Order: sequence, then structure tokens, then C-alpha cells
Amino acid sequence: MSTFITYLIPGVPVGCVYALMAVGLVLCYKTSGVFNLAFGAQAYVSALVFYLTVESLGWPIWAGALVAIVLVSPAIGVGLDRLLFRHIRAAPSLVKLVVALALLIGIPTTMKLLFGSATRLNPPSIIANANVVYHFGSYYVSRGDVVTVLVTLVVVAALGILFRYSEIGLHMRAAVESPRMLQLSGISAERVGAFSWGLSSFLAGLAGVLLAPLFSRVSSLDFTTLLVSAIAAAALGSLTSLPLTLVGGIVLGIGQAVLTGYLPLNSVLATGLRPAFPFVVLVVLLLVMPGLRGAMEVTDPLSGCDPPPPPLAASVRDPRLDRVARIGFPIFLAVFVISALTWVPSFWVFILTQGLAFSIMFLSITVLTGMGGQISLCQAAFAGFGAFTAGQLAMHLGLSVIVGALVGGVIAAAVGVLVAIPALRLGGIALALATLAFSLLADNVLFPLGWLGNGATGVTVPRPAIGPISFAGTRAFFLLALVALAICSTIVIMVRRGMTGRYLAAIRGSELAASTVGINVAKQKVIVFALSAGLAGVGGAVYASTQGSVSPTDFNYFFSLVFVVLVVTTGVKTVEGAINAGMAYVILAQLLSYIPDHPAWLQRFSGIEILLFALGALGYVIHPEGVVEFQKRFWTERIARMLDRFGSEEGEAEGKDASDGLGSPVAGMFPAVPRAPGGSGDAGGW
Amino acid sequence: MSSELIEQAASGVGAAAVAPVLLDVDSVEASYGPYRALFGVSFKVFEGSATALLGSNGAGKSTVSRVVSGLVPVTSGRITFGGQDVTGMPAWKIARLGLAHAPEGRSVFGSLTVLENLRLAFRRSLGKDAVAAALDAAFSEFPRLRERQSQLGGTLSGGEQRMLALAKVLAVPPRLLIVDELSLGLAPKIADEVFERLAAIRSRGTSLLVVEQHVGRALELADTVVLLAKGLVSYEGPVSELGDLAHQVLPAGDGRQRGRNGTASDA
Ligand SMILES: Nc1ncnc2c1ncn2[C@@H]1O[C@H](COP(=O)(O)OP(=O)(O)O)[C@@H](O)[C@H]1O
Ligand SMILES: [Mg+2]
Repeated sequence: MSTFITYLIPGVPVGCVYALMAVGLVLCYKTSGVFNLAFGAQAYVSALVFYLTVESLGWPIWAGALVAIVLVSPAIGVGLDRLLFRHIRAAPSLVKLVVALALLIGIPTTMKLLFGSATRLNPPSIIANANVVYHFGSYYVSRGDVVTVLVTLVVVAALGILFRYSEIGLHMRAAVESPRMLQLSGISAERVGAFSWGLSSFLAGLAGVLLAPLFSRVSSLDFTTLLVSAIAAAALGSLTSLPLTLVGGIVLGIGQAVLTGYLPLNSVLATGLRPAFPFVVLVVLLLVMPGLRGAMEVTDPLSGCDPPPPPLAASVRDPRLDRVARIGFPIFLAVFVISALTWVPSFWVFILTQGLAFSIMFLSITVLTGMGGQISLCQAAFAGFGAFTAGQLAMHLGLSVIVGALVGGVIAAAVGVLVAIPALRLGGIALALATLAFSLLADNVLFPLGWLGNGATGVTVPRPAIGPISFAGTRAFFLLALVALAICSTIVIMVRRGMTGRYLAAIRGSELAASTVGINVAKQKVIVFALSAGLAGVGGAVYASTQGSVSPTDFNYFFSLVFVVLVVTTGVKTVEGAINAGMAYVILAQLLSYIPDHPAWLQRFSGIEILLFALGALGYVIHPEGVVEFQKRFWTERIARMLDRFGSEEGEAEGKDASDGLGSPVAGMFPAVPRAPGGSGDAGGW
Repeated sequence: MSSELIEQAASGVGAAAVAPVLLDVDSVEASYGPYRALFGVSFKVFEGSATALLGSNGAGKSTVSRVVSGLVPVTSGRITFGGQDVTGMPAWKIARLGLAHAPEGRSVFGSLTVLENLRLAFRRSLGKDAVAAALDAAFSEFPRLRERQSQLGGTLSGGEQRMLALAKVLAVPPRLLIVDELSLGLAPKIADEVFERLAAIRSRGTSLLVVEQHVGRALELADTVVLLAKGLVSYEGPVSELGDLAHQVLPAGDGRQRGRNGTASDA
């Protein structure tokens, strides 16, 4: 028993910090409907600012704390609200999630750009004499721990009172339900929103500064992990209850501390399960707590004031442009392939091959998000399953990587089905959180295993051969990867055109309506998840074979986040979008790697492609169909108009179509542009 | 206000000198993204009058209400309220000018209690000290609400929700009250009660803009009618002059059906 308590004590303050952050998440989620994944990044910014002011500038602790927690952190929150979230208040929760995701990966990159990437060791503690130890019998606690616990209790109690009894609290609760109805009461929902963003960001900042000394250095990845613990704590509080969230945080902190105490040192379980513990808790919670899923979506009685989302480029494409595309595309493809096989330097062919592999992985997001309307944050993990399977089969059984990739795809699909079983019952945000949890589980517990990812050593994956033809050469392998991409793209297009695609389009429109016309929604969701995971697996195997060897760091959870942001930027609904994303990802990264080492400040720009993509995903606010998709639509419409004008000058009346009706009120109200869901609208593009 | 005055007001421009214009909607167009809903709507609501905004399903009645209260932006045209240009003004500022809007469907906060719903409405306009008195007045007007004061708005019956929406308005009479399909889905008896309350609110000096798909009761209450069809005003004038038009234009399903078929053959 006394060992248990010894293990338990250090868990309490850590749990309190989780709780602080979790309370901020809940507050923000309740008042703005944004599940703000960027809190991890905001906590990091505060810790960084505190470090910079106190350690680098030599400010007194109180001044650093004031700037980091009271000024910078709320200012970032208010700024994000002003610039971004205010404008998507009525958007579906998935749109908000993607924006938050973009911030989570974009903010640390921005910080690196601003303050350089020097290692910042031994973050200072905000609490004076934090290391003074108090003894209680055989137990001891540090002063820092005591103060942390007290601060948390005071803050959570004050928040509870504010929310329950004050006028601004009432307004905040009203804004949760319907900002528009609050406006009708003569209260500026914008101001209320800004206040709650400031307040919740203050909590993120406080948590960041309090937690920083627990790590040996200030690094953004640690704060992302903190974020997921906070999410688990918030889930324990059903995303609504502040007291339960507090309890949830403390329980998690204690659970982790006790686990660390009892598990054998240095085993996979000890090093892996400790960080993965909150995610395991999260997944279990999502599965067993029915109320949680209901609490995840807030409905606004005034949502009827918003227009439906814009149609796809493909559905408005002019038939004449289609003809151009049909001729232009093969020419482009031929030029691309012939160039890659002849004059392009082989190093760049290698880069392009990587791009092809990523394109296959990104097709998995086209399927899941574009067609299935769901967001998964574990696609990199699925790719890992495919890659490691291919590698292990080649190493131990001598199987060709082509077979390995297929088996890897099947295994990834099987894992996908396992993940899809909770997905059947979840949706939206809960699914995103569950898959994030699975990602971390894979990273921390599964991939380090010798028979799977083989830890830091990784797995070697040879290039394949078919009979006497070897694909070991760069250009030959490029061709093989291209064929793989073509096959995968064809599968995606065929599925989209087929019944499954139509069912999915119907389900995206309305799950309820789809099920009343006899569509088995659950089955379709499993199919789409399995297909998506399978594609990611095949893509992972192709990538592994391109590289020659891969290790779990190649499939780190962070990539899953980047992937989503990336594909959403270029267009999540089309195969083109995925291929654009794959190519842009590798080409940009390669170009940016040419940035010279001197002068040193230039180095800050390495990795900036992540920031570019994050910015692109922020464009999601304005164009939920993806920026590239938007440009395409813009230009096709423009060219179609030009063709129309050209046509009518020659006196041809036949070219005119839908746009004629705009003059009459009736046709305007039922524009011919978007077609019925499930119709040919989605199937037109490729 | 005497009924004679109202008659004059209702008879249009000539009477404007007698009853000033409270709300002036001038060639307003509005869209939901690419979907155009209003195509140059113009009408006036006079001080002290009760105007019925009628039209079939999808005619644009709710859109007019939303545009006037600032929930949906105007793409062209002008809206003047109480002599002040409110085009493009945020909804909360328009509300503070004395324009109340009970939107279609649930128009109270479902996640707040009855008491909190009322407190939210009274606190800003009356100040901290007057809230208790206003609550008392509201509860003596609507005794059922007193019984249910700690119940969540979302758990009230449809009729009770409408009463709560009206109770919010009673304590602080607005200059103009827009009610969108307030009787929708109510039992006839309760709908009658709702309309009685509306008449009472009007007698306290609030002008009304009553949006209805069901015509009878609205015409009993109103003195002026604005008919909307396919995003355009097809008739504006006193109820007394509506005559046969009422039976010709109003039966439900008219505009919508034609619109659908029309587009289908276009495409
Ligand atoms: N959120 C929306 N998005 C797109 N179109 C809408 C939206 N709300 C209403 N409309 C369209 O605008 C027109 C007018 O609608 P509305 O004002 O609700 O009519 P009413 O209230 O008279 O039934 C209809 O054609 C309707 O389909
Ligand atoms: Mg309506």
C-alpha cells in the first residue's frame, strides 16, 4: 500500500496540469464548438515565451509569467478567434477540426521561424523554491507540486462559479447553443466568443508553463502528447462537466504514475504504455460511454441561415473542357513518364517516386474523408502496417515486395476494420480522437515490437523483381510505382462511380435518410474504412520499397496529422487532389532542403513546407472544397464563360446551358449547378 | 392607436404622413451562397401596425425576417429601421434598436432554464436591479412558466416555448416584433392563445410583422398584408382590399410546385 501511495503522489500534480488543459479544451469546445487541437501548440508557445523571457532575457519570473500566461496566450486565442474561428462558427465540426489541426502543426513551425530551433534545456519553474520538499511520515511532496495542485483547484473552482452564476457565464452558455440567437437578444456573440477564447487560451498557457519543467527541454512534441492526455481527461468529463474533467485529469495522472512505478523498467510496456495510457483510456471511454458521443455535436436552431457547401469542380465542368482534359491529360502523362525515364536526373526520379508512394497513401484520405465524410488521424499508422508487413515478409520468407505490398494492404485493411468497429458507433470528432489515440498506440506500443516495426533499427525492404525483370533501378522502380498508383486510382474511381460511392454520397447527405432507404450505413462505413486503410498500407509498402528501409519514425503520428492537412489543402474529393498533394509534398520539401546552412538564420526555413500546407488548410475556412479544387472551379467557370461568349458571338445558341436561368427568379432559387447527392455530381471528376 | 389611424396607415403611401414608417425594406436581394432567395423585395411596416407577411412554402418569408433582423446579409438594397439605415449592421446592434425576432422553430435557448432564458433577455435591457421585478411580471402573466422556471427550455412543450418567447418580449416591449410561423405545429386552442398574446403585445405599442403560412388567423390580427411569391412581393396593401386575391394566391403548394417543375425542364 505504501509503495502504491509513493507511486501515486507524483501523479497528482501532473494530473492537475492535464486537468487545466482539459478544462480549457472543454470551455473552448462548449462555447465555440471548436475542439481546439491547437491548444497543444498554444501551451508550447507559452512555455517557450516564458523560457525566452526568463532564461534568455533574464527577466524576473513574475514578469515572464505575466507576459507568457496573461498576455501572449490569451492574445493568441483571441487572435485565432478573430482571424479564423469566428468566420467558421456555423461550419460542420469537421471543418473546425481540420483548421485546429492545421494550427497544431503550423504554430510550432512559425515559432521555429521566429525564434530559431536552438535546443532549450532545463525549462525554469514558475514556482519559487519548487524543489523544497515537505515530509509527511514516510511520504514527501515538493513545494512545486503543492502549489500546482492548489492553483488548479482555485482556477477550476473560479471557472465553475463564473460559468454558473455570472452574466458572462450565462452568455457563454447561450452562445454554446446558438450564437445567432444570442445576437437576437442584443448581445454580441463575437465579444462573448472572444472572451471565452481568451479565457480558455489562458488555461492552455498556464498548463504549458506549469508543465514545462517536467521535461528536460522545451519541445513542441511533448506538448502535443500533453494535449492528448488532456483530451482523454476531457472525455472523462463527457466534454461538458468541469468537475468531472478535473477528476479525469487527476485520475489519468495518477494512473500513469502508478503504471510507471509497477511496470518492469525498460520493457516495451513500460516505455510504451505510459505515454499510450491516456489514449487507451480515451478509446475505452469512447467505446463505453454512450453519452459522450451525443455530447460531441451541438446543434443550432438557427443553422438554417447558412448556405449548403459549394459543389465540386467536377460537377460544374463544361463538357467542352472535359474534351480538352481528355486530350490534354494523356499528353501530360506521356511527357511526364518519358521525361522521368530519360533526361530527368535519377535523384529527382527518386523524389518523384516518393511522391507517387505518398499519392497512394493520400488516396486513402480521398476515400475516407472525401467519400466517407470522416476524418482519421491514423493513416500514417496504416501505412506503417503495410510497410512493415512487406519488409518482414521479404526478410523472413523471401517474398517479393509486390506480394508483400498486397498482403500489407490486406493486413492494414484488417486493422482498419478493427478501428472501424468503434467508428461504426462514433462519428465526427469522436472518431478523429479515437484514431489519434490509435496512432499513438501504434507508435508507442506496436511499432517498437521486433516482429513489426523493429524499433529504432527498422526494417529493410528490397526492391522487387518480376521473373527476370528487376525493378531495382531508380527509373524501373519509378515505372512500377506509377503502375501501382494508376491501379489504386482506378480502384478509387470505380468505387466512387459504383454503388458504394453512391451509398456513401447518400450517407454524407444524411445518415438517417440513407438508412431509411435501406442503405446499411454501418456496412458502408466498414467498407470505406477498410478500403482506406488498405490503400494506405499499399502506399506505405511502396514508400518502404522506394526508401530501401523504414523505421517507425517514418510513420510517426505527426505524419498522420500532416497528411490530413495536406490533402485537405489540395482537395480531398478528387484523385487529382491526392496526387497533387503527394507530388507537392516531396518536391517542396526537396527544394527547401537546398537552403544553405549559412547564414544560420536561413536554417529556420527548413521544414517550412509544413507551414505552407498549414496555411493552405486554413484556406479551408473560405473554401471547404480545398484551395486547389477552388482554383480549378474558378478557372473552369471562367473559361466556360469565355467559351460561351465566344460561341454567342458566332451566333451559336446551342452552347448555352444552365446559366441562362439566372435571369428568372424561379431558376435562380433552384440553381442547376449542384446535382442531387448520389447522382452524377460526384462521379464526374476523376 | 385608433382603428381609423390604422386604416389610414395601412392604405399606403398617402397615409405615411399620419403614421410614420417604422421599417422600410427597399429592393432587397439576398442569397444563401449561390442560391438566390430574394429578388428585390420592397415593402413598408408602419408604426403601430400589424403586417402579415404571407406566401407559400419557400417563398422567402423566413429569409425576409432573417434579413431584416441581420441574420442573413443583404446582397443589394437597403433596410431602414426607425429612420436609421441598418443594412449590414450586426444582428445584436439591430436588436438593441428595438427590433425583436422570434425565429422559425425553437426560438428559446433549449440548454438554458426558463429562468435563465428570461434573465438573459431582461438583464441587458433593464439593468441588474429591474430584473427581479420583470421576472415577477412575466411569471404573473404566464403562470405556467413560473411552475417550470427551473426546467430547460428544450424540454418545454411547443406551446410553452412560444409563451416563453413572448414573455421575453413582454417585459421590454420592442418597437417591432417579427414572429416567424409562431403557430406552426400548435393545437388550435394554443395557437389561439398565442395570437391573443400577440394582440396584447401590439396594444402596448409594439408593431408586428407576422410571418405565416396559415392565413386565417394572421389576417384576423393584421391590418396590412405583404404577399411574397418566389422571392418577390406580389401584393402589398390593406387586408380589406385583398379580396379574392387571398383565395387565388395563397393555397399552399402553389409557388413551390411550379418552381420545381420549371427548373427540372430547364436543366
Ligand atoms: N440555408 C439555406 N440554404 C440554401 N437555400 C435556402 C436556405 N434557406 C432557405 N433557402 C431557400 O430560400 C428560399 C426561401 O426560403 P425561406 O425564406 O425559408 O421560405 P419560407 O420561409 O417562405 O418558407 C427557398 O427557395 C429555400 O429553399
Ligand atoms: Mg419559413
